[in-house]
Amino acid sequence: MARLTINGKSHEVDVDPTTPLLWVIREQVGLTGTKYGCGVAQCGACTVHVNGLPMRSCQVPVSAVGDAKITTIEGLASGKTLHKVQKAWIEHDVPQCGYCQSGMIMAVAALLKTKPNPTDADIDASITNICRCGTFQQVRAAIHAAAKAA
Amino acid sequence: MTAMPKFTRRSFLISSAAVGGGLALGLRLPPFGPAVVRAADGSPEITVWVVIRPDNSTVVRAVRAEMGQGTITGLAQLVAEELDCDWSKVSVEYPTPGESVARKRAWGEFSTGGSRGIRQSNEYVRKGGAAARMMLVQAAANEWKVPASECTASASVITHKASGRKTTYGKVAEAAARLEQPKDVPLKDPKTWKIAGKPLKRLDTAKKVNGTMIYGMDLQMPGMLCAAIKDCPVFGGKVKSFDAARVSGMRGVKKVVQVGDSGVAVIADTWWQAKTALEALPIVWDEGANAKISSADIAEVLKAGLDAEQAFVGNQAGDAKTALAGAAKKIEAVYSYPFQNHACMEPMNATVRWTPERCEMWGPTQNGEGAFAQVLAASGLAPDKVDVHNVMLGGGFGRRGTYPDDYVGQAVLIAKQMPGTPIKMIWSREEDMAHGKYHPVMQCKLVGGLDASGNLTGLHMRLSGQSILASVRPEVVQAQKGRDPLTFQGVFESGEHAFGYTVPNLMIDHAMRNTHVPPGFWRGVNVNQNAVFIESFMDELAEAAGQDPLEFRRKLMANHPRNLGVLNAVADKIGWSKPAPAGVYRGLAQMKAFDSFVAAACEISVKDGNKVKVHRIVAATDPGYAVNPAQIERQVAGSFVYGLSALFFQECTVKDGRIEQTNFHQYNSMRIAQMPKVETILMPTGGTVWGGIGEPTICVAAPAVLNAFAKATGRRIRSVPLKNHGIELV
Repeated sequence: MARLTINGKSHEVDVDPTTPLLWVIREQVGLTGTKYGCGVAQCGACTVHVNGLPMRSCQVPVSAVGDAKITTIEGLASGKTLHKVQKAWIEHDVPQCGYCQSGMIMAVAALLKTKPNPTDADIDASITNICRCGTFQQVRAAIHAAAKAA
Repeated sequence: MTAMPKFTRRSFLISSAAVGGGLALGLRLPPFGPAVVRAADGSPEITVWVVIRPDNSTVVRAVRAEMGQGTITGLAQLVAEELDCDWSKVSVEYPTPGESVARKRAWGEFSTGGSRGIRQSNEYVRKGGAAARMMLVQAAANEWKVPASECTASASVITHKASGRKTTYGKVAEAAARLEQPKDVPLKDPKTWKIAGKPLKRLDTAKKVNGTMIYGMDLQMPGMLCAAIKDCPVFGGKVKSFDAARVSGMRGVKKVVQVGDSGVAVIADTWWQAKTALEALPIVWDEGANAKISSADIAEVLKAGLDAEQAFVGNQAGDAKTALAGAAKKIEAVYSYPFQNHACMEPMNATVRWTPERCEMWGPTQNGEGAFAQVLAASGLAPDKVDVHNVMLGGGFGRRGTYPDDYVGQAVLIAKQMPGTPIKMIWSREEDMAHGKYHPVMQCKLVGGLDASGNLTGLHMRLSGQSILASVRPEVVQAQKGRDPLTFQGVFESGEHAFGYTVPNLMIDHAMRNTHVPPGFWRGVNVNQNAVFIESFMDELAEAAGQDPLEFRRKLMANHPRNLGVLNAVADKIGWSKPAPAGVYRGLAQMKAFDSFVAAACEISVKDGNKVKVHRIVAATDPGYAVNPAQIERQVAGSFVYGLSALFFQECTVKDGRIEQTNFHQYNSMRIAQMPKVETILMPTGGTVWGGIGEPTICVAAPAVLNAFAKATGRRIRSVPLKNHGIELV
């Protein structure tokens, strides 16, 4: 039995402690916005925030989470007010198939916390998510727009 | 555009899942009385493409699959344009193949491949919108007792100017639905378009930024179990035995089942439990006759085809053999292109519930009808007892078309072994890499002959390698007496993939050499390798002739004005006639693909002889008509991510009969740091034929960069991927 705090809510889950956080979020908690892409921390589709830091949840066993605060894409907005990254994503019409975008948005939201005005080089160094549709041109524009937004 | 139109796929899907039977899925056919067909919420269908709700909102039907390419937004724009409805109140809904079959294929083809989504259905969906507008206007005219010709429609409002009366589509929809559908339905001149042709935002973005968009992977149903599957890693192999007792006591495990003669699946409460148990399950395979085959063996077979006597002709002019024998200068080169996996971000999956009375599949597919046929075959049930519910695809790229022995059939065979329980089968990424429908493997020998003035007098392009259609649509190959016409995409004698050069003595032929590795339509399909071969070789010929590659091409393109148009456009914009900045080198390429004309010019620099930075790409597209320029721009830019990932990183190699690469660490994909700046030139020139968008541009990405690399380093690379040559993308 593990107790997890996800998007401000407490969840008690009965799983094998080696189960990756990704699958606990998806299958026990039922939040499917966090995606499975590779299972080996290559693609970043499973990115969530653990105590505010971006983590690839497919590589985090649920036993390692403890009482850390987890935020998923479903918890990024404040109530009905979208996060500035989500707003910029809509404004720039970023997603194509959209499957990688939850992870991409979570990675970008974390980047803007540590670097509120990232340079292109900062973006290149921190955003390493795979997008097979190739939305990168819009992603970059939307990151800069989100950084400028209040 | 202030309001974001509501996208209803999820509610449609979830209610379908909850109801789970018959025509309650989305449509109610009238039991008797006036033939008004109603949507699930009771709103009347005006034509099969248009439902008008009492609140004056519009539901557009779409049956082509949305996998990121923007097709449903584009199709909705075309319907809305002719319908003259309020775009801010448009949503999209998906009829099922079962519903279409029950109505004599009312929605036509579902297949979404070959960049056909919009170009092939544009006329009948526009007519569906226009006919609905005519019926709505007629209904208002009838109510007012005035001629319909005196009434106009705009943004879902109908006006009778003379009397100043106004009404809405929502108010007259019931009456309109009872009218006979007009037969003569004129369409607007695209020059007058106000909704189509405009860079409108996609209809499906909101749910993709907050995690609520439901992909096949995300489906949840009451009582649902999950399955993980492993198919024999050697293509053509079979299951010999497996020891279910070893894992049946593991947490969550419900059942271990054989799937067909080549697969084993574990069914459990959760997918993670199923996958964990599957990894612990001892399986003995009968790997069969292919168990020792390697990439080197396949390469040898293809190599022999390069000089084989027998070959199928795809394009021919004059006498290439004689011209080459008499050429002042002869140039020869051999190229090769590897197997590649589509690597959709969302691995293959399907959710199926089977009972002796009904079988339904929910999942991502590029071809609803194809999936329907597979469910039909695997379920053993009659067509009226089967249906397929498409959901948003986490990428498609051709992988989610209809192939023999694939994921949809597997999911049905699993569900059949637990009647009544919905089972979500998900492939791991490793399974996805091991059981792709791979980009066909191909080699190519090119021989060109120049006269004393450096004119190309003869060209022989010999392809040797795999046919997709021989595996996927053998009846087409049979009808062509063994030839696979698709092999010649981009270099064919005529049609949507016609060759873009005139060479007086030409022979393009194909020695078909099929392998045990199953091929598939990989975004762009055969234009990808054909563009690498011919467009690289054009630069080789130009160099041998001592000519500029652009000028050399232009001389062969007098009869190909639209090819020349896009090529000139990229050359102008990249500044071809002026020297490149110091240390920067340029390359270009052009092709006709899927009835669109595409060209690319790029600027690269190379450090230490092997570290390539792509600074800038100019891409031009002439698709005839452009339905949504903003989405086209995104598809074109994305094409360079897909195409250059393939060029630099991607190869599936075969060892012991199976694919060696298991995940993205061995099968890399471009990241944002490597993304070049892409400048798109959209130059539709109209005409009677509409071109595709999703695929064509991919093929010019690689040769443009290869040509620039040769200029930069003097090294002509003739095989993909570049990682095999120690070349990196930075």
